[in-house]
Amino acid sequence: MLAVDVEKRLGAFTLAVRFQAAGGVTALFGPSGAGKTTVVNIIAGLLTPDRGSIALDGQALFDAAAGVNVPPHRRRVGYVFQEGRLFPHLSVRQNLDYGRRMSGHPRDEREFARVAALLDIGHLLNRRPRKLSAGERQRIAIGRALLMQPRLLLLDEPLAALDAARKREILPYLVRLRDEARVPMVYVSHSAAELRRIGENIVRLEAGRVAACGGIELLDETETDALG
Amino acid sequence: MFGLSPADWAAVLLSLRVATVATAFALPCGIAVAWLLARKDFWGRVALDGLVHLPLVLPPVVTGYLLLISFGRAGPIGAFLDRYFGIVFSFRWTGAALSCGVMGFPLMVRPIRLALESIDRRIEDAAATLGAGRFLVFLTVTLPLALPGVIGGAVMCFARALGEFGATITFVSNIPGETQTLSAAIYTLMQIPGGDAAAARLVVVAVVLALAALIASEWFARRAGLRFQGE
Repeated sequence: MLAVDVEKRLGAFTLAVRFQAAGGVTALFGPSGAGKTTVVNIIAGLLTPDRGSIALDGQALFDAAAGVNVPPHRRRVGYVFQEGRLFPHLSVRQNLDYGRRMSGHPRDEREFARVAALLDIGHLLNRRPRKLSAGERQRIAIGRALLMQPRLLLLDEPLAALDAARKREILPYLVRLRDEARVPMVYVSHSAAELRRIGENIVRLEAGRVAACGGIELLDETETDALG
Repeated sequence: MFGLSPADWAAVLLSLRVATVATAFALPCGIAVAWLLARKDFWGRVALDGLVHLPLVLPPVVTGYLLLISFGRAGPIGAFLDRYFGIVFSFRWTGAALSCGVMGFPLMVRPIRLALESIDRRIEDAAATLGAGRFLVFLTVTLPLALPGVIGGAVMCFARALGEFGATITFVSNIPGETQTLSAAIYTLMQIPGGDAAAARLVVVAVVLALAALIASEWFARRAGLRFQGE
C-alpha cells in the first residue's frame, strides 16, 4: 500500500497530488507536463517534496512534519526509467546483479533464472548495453529493477522511447510482469491505449493536480490514441 | 648499460621514483579536487580552482620558492610535519616528489574534472534507486565511467613530474643521488666542459621515457574506452 500526499514547487510549476495505490498496477495518466515523472521521482527519493508525506506499507519514506526522508538507496523502490539508464561499463549480467550486490543479498540463482525467463533475456547476459537493441535494453532495465526485490516498482513511460514494433514486443512482458511478479507497480504513461492493456487503477493527473481516480473507464473520457 | 654511468642511472631511477611517488600521492587528491570542482558549489570554489592552477602559470622558480618557505624545515608546514610526523622535505628526494606533484597537479585535475562533468548524472540516480549509497555510487559508477580521464590525468602528471626542473631545483637543490633528477643531471652535465656526450645520452633517455608514457596512456585510455563500446 502506497500513500502519497505531497507538494513540490519547481519554478512556475506547482505539483500537489494526493492518492493511494493498493496492490496491482496503478497508472499515472495524463498529458506531458502534468507532473507524472515528478511524482515517481519523488516516490523514488530522487526529488524531495516541499511538504507532505509518502508511506509505503505503513513505513514513512518521507514525512516533512516529522523530518523523515529515507534516502533513495534505502527505499527498496525499483525504478524503470524511460531511457533504461543501464550501466554502460558493465555487462548485462552485472547490470542485472547490481542491485543485489549493493544491498549485500546472497546470490539467488533461481530468482535470477526466473526473471531472466520472464523477460526472455537469458541469451543476452554476456553482452554490453551498447550492443543491445532498444527493446532488449528496456527488458534488461525491467529485470534489473525486479532483481533488487523491490517493495514497489516504478515504471516511467517504459515504452515511450521505443517504436511501434518494439512497443508491441515489450508490452506482453509487462502484462506478464503484472500477472506473475506480485510487485505493486506505479506505471506512468500518456497513452490510453497502452494503459488499457496494463492498467488496473488509474490516477489522472492534469497540471500538477489529481483530476480523477478510478478504474480504466477513466481512459474512455480521453481521446483514444493508437498504440504506437 | 646503454653507455650510462652509475651516476646517470641514479638520476634516471630517481626521476622515475620521484614521478611515481608524486603521481601516486597526487591521484587521490586530484580525484577529490576534480570532484569538488565538477560537482559542488561552495564558498571558495573559485579560490580553490585558482590555487590548483597556480603552478601552471607561475614561474616554476616562484613555485619552488613558495614550497621552500612553507615546506622547508623553517617553514610553518615543514616544521609541523618534521616535529609531529618526522617527515622532512627539504633537500630530500621526498621534497622533489612534493614539488613534482604540485607542478603536475593542475594537469591531472583538468582531465579528471572534464570526465566527471561529462558523466550522465541520471545513471548515478539509477544506481541510487538500486540500493547504492553515495560512496558506492561513486566507486561503482562515477569512477569507472571517469576512468579514461583519470588515466589521462595520471599520465599527464607523471610526465610533468618526470621533466620537472625549476621548482624542484629551487626547493631541494641539486644533490646527486638524493635530489638530482634526470633534468637536473642533464643541466649539470651541460655545465661541465666535455659533459655534452653524457648529457646527450640522458636526453635520449628522457625522450624514450616521455614517449613510453604517452604510448602507455593511449593504450590504457583506449582499453578503458573500449569497455563502454561493448568489447
